[in-house]
Amino acid sequence: MPIRTEPVTVNIGPQHPSTHGVFRLRVTFDGEVIQDLEPVFGYLHRGSEKLAEERTYTQVVTLTDRLDYVASMSNNLAYVLSVEKLAGVQPPERAMYIRVIAAELQRIASHLVATGFLLQDLGALGTPLMYCFRERERILDMFEMLCGARVTFSYMRIGGVFQDAPPEFWVSLSKFLVDMPHYIDDYEGLLAGNEILLTRTKDVGVLHQSTAIDASITGPVLRGTGLEWDLRKHDPYEIYDRVAFNIPLGTVSDNYDRFMLRILEMRESLNIIQQCVQQIPEGPIRTEGVPYLVRPPVGDAYGHVEGPKGELGFYIVSDGGIAPYRLKIRSPSLINLTAMKDMLVGGKLSDMIVTLGSIDINMGEVDR
Amino acid sequence: MGPITEANSYYSSLYKFFLDLEVGGVDIIPEWLAYFLAGFLVIFSIVNAVVIITTVATWAERRLIGRFHNRLGPNRWGPFGLFTPIADAVKLLGKEDTRPEGVDSWIFNMAPIVFIVPTILVFAVIPIGENTYIANLNIGLLFIVAVTTVGTLGMFMGGWASGNRFSLFGAMRAVASLISYEVPMVLSIVGVVLLSGSLSMVEVVEAQTIPFIFLQPLGFFIFFAAASAEMNRSPFDVVEAESEIIAGYHTEYSGMKWGTFQLAEFIAPFGVSAILVTMFLKGWEGPVLPSHLWFFLKVCFFWFIMLWIRATLPRLRIDQIMAFAWKILFPLSVLNLFVTALELLIWKDPTVSELWMMAGINWTIAIVCLVVISRAGRSRISTRPMLFARSEISYNQSGEVN
Repeated sequence: MPIRTEPVTVNIGPQHPSTHGVFRLRVTFDGEVIQDLEPVFGYLHRGSEKLAEERTYTQVVTLTDRLDYVASMSNNLAYVLSVEKLAGVQPPERAMYIRVIAAELQRIASHLVATGFLLQDLGALGTPLMYCFRERERILDMFEMLCGARVTFSYMRIGGVFQDAPPEFWVSLSKFLVDMPHYIDDYEGLLAGNEILLTRTKDVGVLHQSTAIDASITGPVLRGTGLEWDLRKHDPYEIYDRVAFNIPLGTVSDNYDRFMLRILEMRESLNIIQQCVQQIPEGPIRTEGVPYLVRPPVGDAYGHVEGPKGELGFYIVSDGGIAPYRLKIRSPSLINLTAMKDMLVGGKLSDMIVTLGSIDINMGEVDR
Repeated sequence: MGPITEANSYYSSLYKFFLDLEVGGVDIIPEWLAYFLAGFLVIFSIVNAVVIITTVATWAERRLIGRFHNRLGPNRWGPFGLFTPIADAVKLLGKEDTRPEGVDSWIFNMAPIVFIVPTILVFAVIPIGENTYIANLNIGLLFIVAVTTVGTLGMFMGGWASGNRFSLFGAMRAVASLISYEVPMVLSIVGVVLLSGSLSMVEVVEAQTIPFIFLQPLGFFIFFAAASAEMNRSPFDVVEAESEIIAGYHTEYSGMKWGTFQLAEFIAPFGVSAILVTMFLKGWEGPVLPSHLWFFLKVCFFWFIMLWIRATLPRLRIDQIMAFAWKILFPLSVLNLFVTALELLIWKDPTVSELWMMAGINWTIAIVCLVVISRAGRSRISTRPMLFARSEISYNQSGEVN
C-alpha cells in the first residue's frame, strides 16, 4: 500500500540558533530533503541608508560600524574611500598603510568568526568556536589600542584615521604575526583533516560559476567557484598594488572549498600585514585641511573594497551639502544569500545550515 | 523470596535487620513488611544515588567542557561552582511550565516520564559492586535492551505531541536512528552472551576470567558507537541537533518537564557506561580498592571518554548516520558474531590460554576490519588541494607550498 506523504513547509527562523541573526528561511521539505527554499529578509532593517541622509559625512562612519558588526573596519574603509573619491581627498601614506593593516586584521577576525561558526553549525559544541575566538580576542585587543573600541570602531576618518597607532600596538602586532601562523596550522591540523567535517562539507552546497556570476556573488563564495576575482588585485585601492599576495581559489565550489579558502586567506592577510609593517613610512595620519564638516562637490561616487564577505560598496550622491543626498550600500552578504536556493534544492536540512554558515553572512549587513 | 535474597548481601542484610527488629522481645515487623521495606530502601537508595551522581556530573561535565573550550566553566556558586546544579534545579522548578496551543496534553505530559524511567530502570539489573544489585534477572541483558528502547518512545511522544515541526523532525530522526542502531547493538551483545553463556549481568561479570574487551574488541566498538547513537551523543546527536532543529523533540518543553528530559539525557551516559563496564571490563572486579569504587571509577572513565568525544567531534548528517549503521556496523557485528561462534565451536570450554588466543585472533580481525573500512572511504574523506591564482601552485595540508 503506498503511503500518502505531503511536503512540510518550515520556517527556519527568524528565531533560530544558527541563522546568524534574525533571518528567516521558508523551506519546503520532503522528509529531510529540501524541495524549495525562500530567504526572507528585513527583520533587522534599521534604515541605515536613510539615517545617513540625516548625518554629516563624518558621522555616517558610525553607521557603517553597525552594518557588518564583525567586520567594522572594512565597512569604515569602504565608506571613507567613497567619500574621499567624491571629495577628492588623498589620505597620507601612513594612514593608508594603517588602514590596510586594520582592514586585513579585520579580515582575519571575520574569517575566524566564519570558521568558528561554521564548525558550530556542524555541531562541534563550541570547541573550535572558542579557539577561533581566542585569536579574535587578540585582534580586538589591538583594535582597542587603535581606537578604544572593540566592536564599533569608527576608526577611519575622511582623509586618514582617527589617531596614529600607539607603540604598544606595533609590539602586539608583531607578536601576533609570529603566533598566528601556528594557530592557523592548528586549525588546519584539527579541522581540515577531520573526517566528519569532510563528509559533511565535501560536495555539499555546490554553486556553479555561471550562477555565481549571474547573481553577482563576490568574495570567498565566488573565489570558491574557481574564478579569480579580488578587488585588491583587480581594482587596487589604498596600497594594495605595493604588496604581493596570492589569491586562493577553490576547485569544486562546495562548502569545503569555501571553508579552506578562508583559512588560506588568513595566511595571505598575515602576509600582507607583514609587508605593510615593513613598508610603512613615518608621517602624518590625516590630510591637512579636511574640515569636520566635509562638503563634497555636487556629484556621485562609488567606492568599493574587498571586504571579508565580498565586495562592499558605497554609492554616494552629493548635493553639495554637509550630508549625503543619497547613500546606497552594496552589501555582499545580501547578494551572496540570493544564490542559496540554487545551492540547496535537493540537499538535506543539515546541509542547509552548513551552507548558510559557509556563505558567511551577517544580518546587520543584509538588512541594513 | 528466597532466591532474591540469597547472595545479595546489601539486600539480605537489610531484610534481616528489619526481620530481627524487636521491641521488648516482640517482632514488630512481619516477614512481608520486611521484604517490602528492604526492597524499597534498596531501590530508593540506588535511584537517588543515580540521580544525585548525575546532578553532580552535570557540574563536572560543564567544568570539563569549559576546559575543553579553553574557558573556566561555572565557578561562581559554591567552591569551584559545585552548587551550580542546585541553582539549576531551583531555577527549573520555579520556571513557568509553558505549553503551546494545540498540544496533545496527555501525551505531552507523559513523554518526560516515559523518557526518564527506562534510563533509571537499567540500573536495576546492573551489579554495582560485589553482591550489590537490585535484581539478578536471568534475562538481564534482554531486559536492558527492551527497556532502553522504551526511551525512544518517550522522545517520539514528546516530539509528536508538541505540534512543532522541529520537534517532529527530531522525533522522526530519533525513531529512524533507533531502528538502525538497535540491530548492531543487539548483535554485538550476543557475542558477549555467547562467551559468558548467560544473559544475567551478574553472571556476565563472573564469567569474565579475562575482560571481554580483549575477546570482543569489535563488539565493544560497535556497542559503544551504537549506544552513543541511541542516546544521541555526539557525533550522532542529530535528534536534538541544536544548530539544525533547535532542540529536537523537547523544543516546546520548559520548566521541570524539560529538566526531566535533560536529567534523563545526563543519566543515559552513566547507564551506557555501566553496561559497558559490566559487559566488557569485568564489572566491579578489581584489586585492592573496594568493588563499588572500582565500578564507579570504570564508569567515570567511560563517561569521560563520551564527554571528550562530545567536546571534540562535529555532527554527522542523518543519512550518513544511517549509512554508518547499515553499511558498516551491521556487517561488522554479524562478522563479530560469526567469528565468536566459530571460535566457541572449536574451543568448547576455553581455558585461559585459549581465551588469550581468541583475543589475539579477534583483535587482528578488528584492526584489519577497521583499517579496511577507513581505507575504503578514503577517497571521500581525503583533503583536496587548493589552487592559488596566477602561479597555480598547489597547496598541501600542512601549509607548505609543493
